[in-house]
Amino acid sequence: MSRELPIVAGEAFAEAARRELGDAQLRANLGRATRTIRDKRARVVAEVPDWEALRDRAAAVKDDVIARLPKLLTQFEQAVTAAGATVHHARDAAQANAIVTELVRAEQADQVVKIKSMATQEIGLNEALEAAGITPIETDLAELIVQLADDTPSHILVPAIHYNRSQIRELFARRMPGFTAASDEPAVLAGAAREYLRRTFLAAKVAVCGANFAVAETGSLVIVESEGNGRMCLTLPETLIAVVGVEKLLPRFADLGDFLRLLPRSSTGERMNPYTSIFTGVTPGDGPRRLHVVLLDNGRTTVAQDPVGRAALRCIRCSACLNVCPVYERAGGHAYGSVYPGPIGAILSPQLTGQDAGFNRTLPYASTLCGACYDVCPVKINIPEILIHLRQTGPKPAAERAAMASLSWVMRDRRRWRLALRAARTGSAPLRALTRRRGGTLHRAPWPLSAWTRHRDAPLPAAETFRDWWRRTHES
Amino acid sequence: MRIALFVTCLNDALFPRAGIATVTVLERLGHTVSFPQAQSCCGQMHANTGYAAPARTLERLTEQAFAGHDVIVSPSGSCVAHLRAHTSLPVYELSELLIDVLGVTDVGATFPHRVTYHPTCHGLRVLRLADRPETLLRAVRGLELIDLPEADQCCGFGGTFALKNSDVSAAMVTDKCRNATATGADYLAAADNSCLSHIGGALARHPAAPTPIHYAEILASTGPAS
Repeated sequence: MSRELPIVAGEAFAEAARRELGDAQLRANLGRATRTIRDKRARVVAEVPDWEALRDRAAAVKDDVIARLPKLLTQFEQAVTAAGATVHHARDAAQANAIVTELVRAEQADQVVKIKSMATQEIGLNEALEAAGITPIETDLAELIVQLADDTPSHILVPAIHYNRSQIRELFARRMPGFTAASDEPAVLAGAAREYLRRTFLAAKVAVCGANFAVAETGSLVIVESEGNGRMCLTLPETLIAVVGVEKLLPRFADLGDFLRLLPRSSTGERMNPYTSIFTGVTPGDGPRRLHVVLLDNGRTTVAQDPVGRAALRCIRCSACLNVCPVYERAGGHAYGSVYPGPIGAILSPQLTGQDAGFNRTLPYASTLCGACYDVCPVKINIPEILIHLRQTGPKPAAERAAMASLSWVMRDRRRWRLALRAARTGSAPLRALTRRRGGTLHRAPWPLSAWTRHRDAPLPAAETFRDWWRRTHES
Repeated sequence: MRIALFVTCLNDALFPRAGIATVTVLERLGHTVSFPQAQSCCGQMHANTGYAAPARTLERLTEQAFAGHDVIVSPSGSCVAHLRAHTSLPVYELSELLIDVLGVTDVGATFPHRVTYHPTCHGLRVLRLADRPETLLRAVRGLELIDLPEADQCCGFGGTFALKNSDVSAAMVTDKCRNATATGADYLAAADNSCLSHIGGALARHPAAPTPIHYAEILASTGPAS
């Protein structure tokens, strides 16, 4: 069942990345875009003198949430119910989709407006609604672009990062009802989208959103956005359905302050995001008349059981780790085969689905462990540590298993190790002689070393090992 | 001071000059270096590739090999980072030992060449070596240190990443080579021969590229490179 989930990679990361690397335009777009955002982020983070303390506090709050999840969920449910909302529990994607579909049907709506939401992407809600004859309309500009193109997002925050403006104009002309603009000026394109979306907002009876935070103490939901489309969705339709991952909880309303400082600087590189909506249940005469909150598990409570891996549940979906990741920058978001790409995706997708789902077992290897992601993470998720943990607990190829076992067998015995070094030195002597003229490196090697020499020369064992040199110079 | 050398398996077999240079520098400064023969690998390669049990065995054996030594030095940032995280050994990367423990920045070296320095990821973001290696290099007579553009970007090695994700790795090292070549330096120095074997292997296919060198070899040098 989990195979169809948009968080299950359909092919090995290395294969997908190889294909994406071939797209020179994509690489140029991505390189430029990620560099711009990461420079912006670095500037605004440097302005905050207590940034490290903020990170520590936020990480501690999230760890507390993960440790007390059942209790805080109950508290949230009581608070939001008392404020007039209806709470639903979804164990997995299928349940969540069924609940939302039923709720929309009960309103006799054939169309819903949507605020950008990773949780609804994770469960494939749009596809489920379409299958039920309901049209979901994404109202975040970049999500709208991706939706009109029948494409999938390639970035958590900037989902259309792989499009340029002339591609977008062409797409609007083809797919957006009423589009007539001849220019590909960003302001003109945004204006056209705004007009189209205005009509849609005014006609919408049901809106679907996620949440950036859910406050257990008060039952409040918090949505952070840039375009104001979220505010429209939260105020105009009569019915609002929020799909909220259970890890989105914060214990106290006062906890929000730190997170609202961390999130915009980490994600868009802004000091403050343009729109922050905080709403608690329903208020007569203001906003939706019905609020449904669908609390989504979909693997989260399983992840919470893993003492190392559960730190991934701290994630607030800022995408700072994507923008600094040298692998993401080259391969792009689609290579990860999941709506969660980049470093956070490489630890989140395989944990939510289990590593045996599709090719998700290849994702923990999509990293050099360079540590840039850990440095920028606003909730201090030690992504390299979790990547290694997933490698150690995940499935591995038999040939590699055998090679690593024999290598450690040699290395753990002083005599065997010395003999192996000697053998390597002696065995490689002819190659050393052959390659001396070109610097003593190997230009071409048979499989599996060909994976190395396809792109770079390989070093050869030295004519004298270090320990032989030591023996010759220090022990005679 | 008595200092034990953890040379690392990679340097022992493939790049002994980094170990020899480390010994040369420390002996020139008047210290006594020992080489515990029971050492092999710190376990990093196994751990990072996903093999926890053999990694733990190798970590424990390394601990035993160095039992009783108060100061251990290693010319490899990533191996030091691994040992620091997984053992209780008092192990220092060479620049940490020289600057923080021995209080030396001028090691009496001469290297009349243009050098650019690549701060490898474990040195930069795990050990937080900051500018220690560059501080040592700036004190080398005749050496001109040239800034490497986008120096903090990973070279794309990543252990078995270079094999498993060979194409992304190649895309990354291509950018590193371009930046290194743009400096016009004669040498590209770093504190880790694993990264250097990857960058150097790619540089070998670039025209007019700098020669890869472990920075310990520069610190050991007393004249023009041969």
